Amino acid sequence: MAELTYRDAVSRAIAQEMARDNNVVFLGEDIGKAGGVFKATVGLYERFGPLRVRDTPISEQAILGAAMGAAMTGLKPIAEIMFSDFLAVCFDHIANEMAKNRYMSNGQLKCPLVVRTANGAGSRFGAQHSQSVENWAMMIPGLKVVAPSSPADVIGLFAAAVRDPDPVIFFEHKSLYGMKGEVPDGEILDTLGTAKILRPGKDATIIALALMVGRAMEAAERLKAEHGIDCEVIDVRSLVPLDTRCILGSVAKTHRLFTVEENPRLCGWGAEIASIVADESFYDLDGPIVRITTPHLPLPAADNLEDVVLPTVDRIVDTVKRSMA
Amino acid sequence: MALANNKQAATPAARNPSDKPSSASGPEFAKEQELLALREMLLIRRFEEKSGQMYGMGLIGGFCHLYIGQEAVVVGLKMAMQDGDQMITAYRDHGHMIASGMDPKGVMAELTGRRSGYSRGKGGSMHMFSLEKHFFGGHGIVGAQVSLGTGLAFANRYRKNSSVSLTFFGDGAANQGQVAESFNMAELWKLPVIYVIENNRYAMGTSVSRASAQTDFSKRGLSFNIPGEQVDGMDVRAVKAAGEKALKWCREGNGPIILEMLTYRYRGHSMSDPAKYRTKEEVEKMRSEQDPIEQVRTRLLAKKLATEDDLKKIDAQVRAIVNEAAEFATHDPEPDPSELYTDVLA
Repeated sequence: MAELTYRDAVSRAIAQEMARDNNVVFLGEDIGKAGGVFKATVGLYERFGPLRVRDTPISEQAILGAAMGAAMTGLKPIAEIMFSDFLAVCFDHIANEMAKNRYMSNGQLKCPLVVRTANGAGSRFGAQHSQSVENWAMMIPGLKVVAPSSPADVIGLFAAAVRDPDPVIFFEHKSLYGMKGEVPDGEILDTLGTAKILRPGKDATIIALALMVGRAMEAAERLKAEHGIDCEVIDVRSLVPLDTRCILGSVAKTHRLFTVEENPRLCGWGAEIASIVADESFYDLDGPIVRITTPHLPLPAADNLEDVVLPTVDRIVDTVKRSMA
Repeated sequence: MALANNKQAATPAARNPSDKPSSASGPEFAKEQELLALREMLLIRRFEEKSGQMYGMGLIGGFCHLYIGQEAVVVGLKMAMQDGDQMITAYRDHGHMIASGMDPKGVMAELTGRRSGYSRGKGGSMHMFSLEKHFFGGHGIVGAQVSLGTGLAFANRYRKNSSVSLTFFGDGAANQGQVAESFNMAELWKLPVIYVIENNRYAMGTSVSRASAQTDFSKRGLSFNIPGEQVDGMDVRAVKAAGEKALKWCREGNGPIILEMLTYRYRGHSMSDPAKYRTKEEVEKMRSEQDPIEQVRTRLLAKKLATEDDLKKIDAQVRAIVNEAAEFATHDPEPDPSELYTDVLA
């Protein structure tokens, strides 16, 4: 067991998979000699060399095209898209190519690749470098979508993503890179499509993703201590596949559901979960499903504006308390 | 400093594998090569004619982009390729599939949306693949196959094998942004890819001169230091010769190369295009003066390498293959609806 930052967990995860399998090749902008703009890939270039750790031109479409073309022949590329906002620059490959080739080819073409990308707000980067866009990937049939909230999950879920035969969009949260957590020694391999109950509770279920997980946990502690409301907190971890069993099971127990989402409100991942729960578990619910989200806005750059626009611990506590009153 | 870094300015001759377009004089074919080329081009032509008919009869739906007129391009290159070399193209793809050796029955059954189609009806005209034949599709988004084909070459280079990616696209796709990104990456990393630009003179319904600032597509790689040449894409001998040179260039580790194939599409962009943007005379002139199949027939007869009867026999054999494919594709059952949910994810 060692304490590791989320950032160092990323490089350890990539190294774990590259050391295991020569078919794993890593491409992206500034990932090699520069060690990554978030310093999440430090040491990989030195360890695995320039053929396996490829600094690319600033060409997102060519990066994903190269990665997918290589994946079609059986390599297992890891492609970094520096900021998740830039997925829009190469969205053709995300939406039309890698997600569809298996289906369109009657299963002949496989696309075992991972697109890693830094997602989310908190760094005052403004509207084009701060978005939470996991719902962009979630809406496309043929993709898997993962967003870890802790260093240990980064390694385990990343390893699972690399070994998965499908294209996986792997959302790292840029405000979590400095987060520290305990990480077991040796190889770590987790399972895609599994949520995690981080805090058992009996009065309400709060589900959260990535940066929002820590805030949901803190809110749950305060709700218990200050208001006697005992919340179960679930880290969704994987949006596709979605662990509906875990979510529905929790709702059956607590009878209330809150989502904490960093994405802008319309069509956020929580809306889909709310729809599933309403369909499957309506009679388990004792009250409305409540979504706590960023408003439907572009993200501002100023400290106070960005702070107020994202779901905060205070907002989560207030919303749950009022809804449960 | 800037000049010293400009490789192209420093060594222009070394960067160009050919001083003249190889179209100036296509090297002669032996009798067997002429017959092979004729048979393959004819198979594509008859297959496409049949596809057009079946589309008209309502047996094929959706999109259907015919390759008629361009047959020499894919057939000549296929004659130059070695086993392991890959092909990838866009949606005018039936010719590439047949040239790759894919079964016409499976291709036609995909066009009619039947269960024995290459993609079991989940791909359609624009999306068929054969890993066995190293044919990587069949892509519907103009230009996307260019970065994917570059990726195939990236994998070849990574594995240190001798295979070359033949990445086909049209004069229209040449104006897509990801083509420029791919050119840069391919030359930077010396990837073994031949960019085959099939210049059939029309980007959908817009002529080359109305859509492209630089209409000599062999020059599109210049700013990336990628050599290119224009090839008479109606002369299968010129295509094969250019392909051999380009393949050698790639296999020797020199990086990418562009072959602009000067060709012509006889039919509209798709079956729903009446092609009113050009004159009937223009099409007729190409057909009567430059048709790739007629060129071979004429040579075979002139050199007395074959008789009219021999050629009729070949045509009959080809028609039999196509008719069998059409018959098969008309009577093969439709896909089972349970197929809807297979192969979305592994």
